[in-house]
Order: sequence, then structure tokens, then C-alpha cells
Amino acid sequence: MTRSERKRLRSGIGFTSLWIVGLAAFTAYPVVASLYYSFCDYSILKSPVWCGLENYHQLVRDDLFWKSLRNTLFYAGLSVPLGTVVALGLAVLLNCEVRGRSIYRLLFFMPSIVPAVASAMLWLWIFNGEYGLMNGFLNPILAPFGLHAPTWLADPAWSKPALVIMSLWGTGNAMVIYLAGLQNVPGELYDAAAIDGASAWQRFCHVTLPVIAPVVAFNAIMAIISAMQLFAQAYIMSEAANGNGNASDGNPARSTLFYTIYLFSTAFQDLRMGYASAMAYILFLVTALLTWMAARLSRSRHGDAI
Amino acid sequence: MGTQSEMPGRRTLSRMVVTTLLVVFSAAFVVPFVWLLSTSLKPIEQTLSLPVSFVPKAYYASLGGTRMEVTMDFQVSKAGAVVRFLSGEGAGTLGYLGPEQLAAQSASVVVVHPVAGGWWHVTQRIDRRLGEGGPRPLWDVLPREQIDSHVKFRWENYPRALAAIGGDAESDRHRVGFMTFLGNSLTVAILGVLGTVISNAMVAYGFARLRWRGRDAFFALTLATMMVPFPVLMVPLYGVFKALGLIGTLLPLWLPTWFGSAFNIFLMRQFFRTIPEELSEAARIDGCSEWRIFWRIILPLSTPVLVVAALFHFIFVWNDFLGPLLYLTRKDTYTLALALESYQTQNGGVQWHYLMAASAVTILPVIILFLLAQKTFIRGIATAGLKG
Repeated sequence: MTRSERKRLRSGIGFTSLWIVGLAAFTAYPVVASLYYSFCDYSILKSPVWCGLENYHQLVRDDLFWKSLRNTLFYAGLSVPLGTVVALGLAVLLNCEVRGRSIYRLLFFMPSIVPAVASAMLWLWIFNGEYGLMNGFLNPILAPFGLHAPTWLADPAWSKPALVIMSLWGTGNAMVIYLAGLQNVPGELYDAAAIDGASAWQRFCHVTLPVIAPVVAFNAIMAIISAMQLFAQAYIMSEAANGNGNASDGNPARSTLFYTIYLFSTAFQDLRMGYASAMAYILFLVTALLTWMAARLSRSRHGDAI
Repeated sequence: MGTQSEMPGRRTLSRMVVTTLLVVFSAAFVVPFVWLLSTSLKPIEQTLSLPVSFVPKAYYASLGGTRMEVTMDFQVSKAGAVVRFLSGEGAGTLGYLGPEQLAAQSASVVVVHPVAGGWWHVTQRIDRRLGEGGPRPLWDVLPREQIDSHVKFRWENYPRALAAIGGDAESDRHRVGFMTFLGNSLTVAILGVLGTVISNAMVAYGFARLRWRGRDAFFALTLATMMVPFPVLMVPLYGVFKALGLIGTLLPLWLPTWFGSAFNIFLMRQFFRTIPEELSEAARIDGCSEWRIFWRIILPLSTPVLVVAALFHFIFVWNDFLGPLLYLTRKDTYTLALALESYQTQNGGVQWHYLMAASAVTILPVIILFLLAQKTFIRGIATAGLKG
């Protein structure tokens, strides 16, 4: 190494030194320790004891683990496609030349910055079976047909759909990204399509969609990753709607026992930290797989860049 | 010719359709906010009544010769009578009795006036009914026409909600209140924002503007850390902070921000790379140190990305629930989010008006911040989402 190379290395390390420490202490060490704990019997009160694959063996036979996984996949499978359609639909509408666009954009976006706890409180009240806004609106409509709206968060069949509806309210973030993607679609493409006599729907399918499809796919995968980690809203609403002050049950009838909630309660209420670490690593693998897919999409998008 | 005259009409039509859809959808997004505010300004009995109404009201009736504010309780379905109780607990007060009760009680009451079905049961003055030890409220029944109402916002719900959200600190029994929680949230937010901006700008400079051995491999590793979900780090991080004796303090919530985060490093690096290299070269020829170039040239040109990172982090702190839930054990260290949740858990689902008022106060700072920096914010999200 020459002197100038050494000098450059020194200043490079100098500028990144905080991150070197941060990476080691707050990411690398936890990632490795977590993997080690996943092979251990560990309760934080005593030092970990190696137990091999025991945690993973138990997980496979744990009904609650499968229940939490199914709940989480159900939630992700419903909230991500619906959220994508809503966000994309709103973005397409906002991309039209109408008056007051910036005001609509503001209104659509605002819910997505509302803190999770506050929005959980608000939707808890909206979904209140007796006096909530949702049923106050639905029941008068359903009454003539002899029907009654569900009690939402207190009903095992409707607690997850309620959380999905709530998640749609916060879809403004994705909408902003899609809108920016739409605005990147070159105007000449539309002009050319219009000259060829393409209808608005045809233009959307053959011009807009192909250009923004990678953006949509990328953000949808990111949405799946964050849906897999659903915590605050579900924790608070399950705890409150069932009045038992204990969200780790995932009440009603464990219908809102989501993956991260089960993981959290295993680690910090039952103090089975080795078991929780095994759960965390399974989540890690799934996330890594999804991220890899997103990265591939991202690369193909940059490859196609105009 | 035909198409030319047809085109403007079609365009106006489609514009109308788009506008209609936008109005309908934005109404759907706004209604929850309206419901939040309207609930927070209602007295309790109006939150627990059907049909649902968005308008907080005050009801007035002529009772005992004077016009006074009353609470409408429920509609009387059967005919009965307003009576004056002569003995017992409520001696001297007025009340409504249905036909069966009237038969059972007739010895100790005097019928003041008979009442038809379809009247409203009203209670005088909500404050008195809810307060303890005050004079007994006056009950009466009145026909709907005799009760009038107008819009009235109960702003007093706000200070009451903020007072109710507090509690005893477990350590030394002194009361901690809303201001403590706000202070804790602000501490975590401000120290975290400073840490985020300063540390990530430095690190991003190292990745974006300096050429050194191992830089690209290190940057690739940095990007890879973005895919580690927080639950994977949760258990060991808790162990680290426990070993350092920091559980129950605010430090675990802001200290890590001073050591960089992959997303912000990436965001800032992208921005720094767009600044022309000639600026740095010229400064280097003039004998400027790298630190000086970073501090005097690059940072002043990078305000937009620094503001975006700061805003994102502030929103993150205000939103964070899992972190505080994990690390904060004593009430006097609670952040707003955690305090709100703990108030809900302790008071059950009855005092919706207070809960909504406290939620509105929690939301307010991020809404104000967003409205002030709307453009920067939305551009930041679009950039992060498209380049990600």
C-alpha cells in the first residue's frame, strides 16, 4: 500500500468509524448472538445452555406457532394486495389533471404519519361493536335485511379483516411512491398511444403498467416484509378489545396472535428467549428471501431505465 | 369534425368522474379524523348513544321554571308520570316512574304531571351527575319539542384527558403527568434526530466522496443489514442494554442513532454523489482537509436530504411502540405512545372522549411538522421508495 492509499484508507475509516462501531454492536453482534441463542435454552436470568436443534423441533410441533404464522400470512395476504390496489388506484386518479390535486394528496397521505398507538385507539373506537362509527353506519343499512354487523375486534372471524381495513387507511405512503413513479412515465409514450387511438384503459394497461410494474412489485414486497412484523396495532387492539389487558393471548380466540406478538410474548413474558430466537431466525430467512426477490426486481428495473 | 367537437365534452366528463372519485375517497380518508375530533369534544353520554352523530351538542330544557343544560338519557317508551319523592333517599327530588313502578311506589310520591310515551328522559347537568358528593341531580321527562340543542364543543375534555393520562411513578410515588411523557418523547426524538443527522452524514460522506480500499465491500455489507428484521435483534439488544444497566432509561431508544443506520447512510450517500466532484477537488488543491470539505462544502449543499432524514426519524420516534414497550419499565420514563396505551389498558373502553382527546394531542406534533415540511417530506418518500 502506498502512502496516499494508506492516508485515504485512514480518512475513509475515520468517517465511517461511528458506523463500524454501530454495525458491530447493534447489528452484527445481535445477529450472531440471536443465531446462537436459537440453539440454546436461554432465559436472560441464567446464561444460555446449548440444546442443539431442540427449539426448532419444538416449533414444528407448536400449534400456537403455526396459528401465529397462519394469522400473519392471512393478514399479509389480504392487506398487501388490497393496499397495493388502493394506493395505485389513488395514484392514478391523482395523476390526472384535475383541480386541487395537492389537497387530495395531502388528505390521502396524512393518515400514514399518524402514530400507530394513536391510530389503534381511533380504530378501536371506530370498530366498537355498539357505539362505533363503523357499525353506526352499517347497522341501519343491514337492519332492513334482518342482518347485524359483526362486533369486529371482539369477533374471531372479523378481527383480522378489521386490522386490514385499518391498514388501508395508512396506505398513503405507497401512494406517494406510485404517484412519483407515474410521473416518471414519459409523456411521449402517452402521446404516441393516443395517436394510435388507444383508450384510457388501454393506455393504462399497455403504457402505464409496464413502466411502473417493477416499482409496484418492489414496494409490495417491502409491504409484505412489514406486514410480517405487524405488532403495535394488533397488540393494542387485541389487548383493549378483549379487556383482559394481555395481548399475548391474541384474543379473541387467538385470532390476532400474530408472529411478532407471539415472538415478543415468548421472549419477554415467558422468558423463553432461545425459543423466541429460533422464531426470529425463521422470520429472518423468510425476509431475506423476499428481500432478495425485491433486489432482483430493483436491478431489472434499473437495467430497463430509459 | 365529429371527433373534434366530441373530444372536449368527453374530457370534461372524465374530469368530472375523476374529481367525484377523488372527493369520495378523500372523504373516506378524512372521516376517521373527524370522528376522532368530534368524539374528543363530546360529553361522555353523547359518545355512548345511538344513532351515531358527528356533532357534539348541548341540550337545553325548561326545568323548574328555568332554562338549563340537560343530558338526554333515553326515550321513554311507556306512559308514566313525573313524581316528587316524599320519602327515602331521593326525598324532595323529581323523577320519572313507569306505570308498574308508579303502582308500587304510590304511597311515597306525589304525581306532578302525567307523561306520554315518546318523551325524553333528561338529567340536569352532566357535571353534577358524574361528580361525586354533589347535590343529587334532578330527573325529568320532557317531550322532544321542549328540548332544544345547539352545537357545543367541550374543549375542557382536553385538559381533563391530559390530567387523566398521568399516574403515580412507581419509584417514589410522585405523580407523573402528560408533560413528563411529552418531555420523554421529545428527548428521544431530538437526541435521535441529532444523532441520525450527524452520524449518518459523516458515514455517508466516507462512502460517497472518498475512495478507499474495502469501501465498496463495506457498503454492500451495510446495505445487506437493511434486511435484518428488528425482532431478530430484539433479544440480544435487550441483553446488551441490560448488561449496561440501561433498561428503564431512555438511552436504548436514542443512543444507537449516534452510530449510523443503513437506510439513512444509503439515502445520504445517494444525495452526496450528485454533488459535482470538482467542488471537492478544487478545495483539496487549496489544501482543505477532508473534514473541512465535508463540513463547509458538502453539508451546506445537502440540507434537503438532512431535513428528510430528520423528519423520517422524528416520525419514527413518535410512532415507535415496540422499543418503549421493550426498554421502559417505570412510568416516569414512558413516552407519549406508551403512556397512551397504558391509559387505555387501565381505564378500559369507556372514556372514549378522553382517549380521543389524548390521541389527538399525540397526533398533533407530527401533523404540524408534516404540514410545515410537506413538499420536502413527500419528495423524500418518493425518492426513497423509487431508488430503494
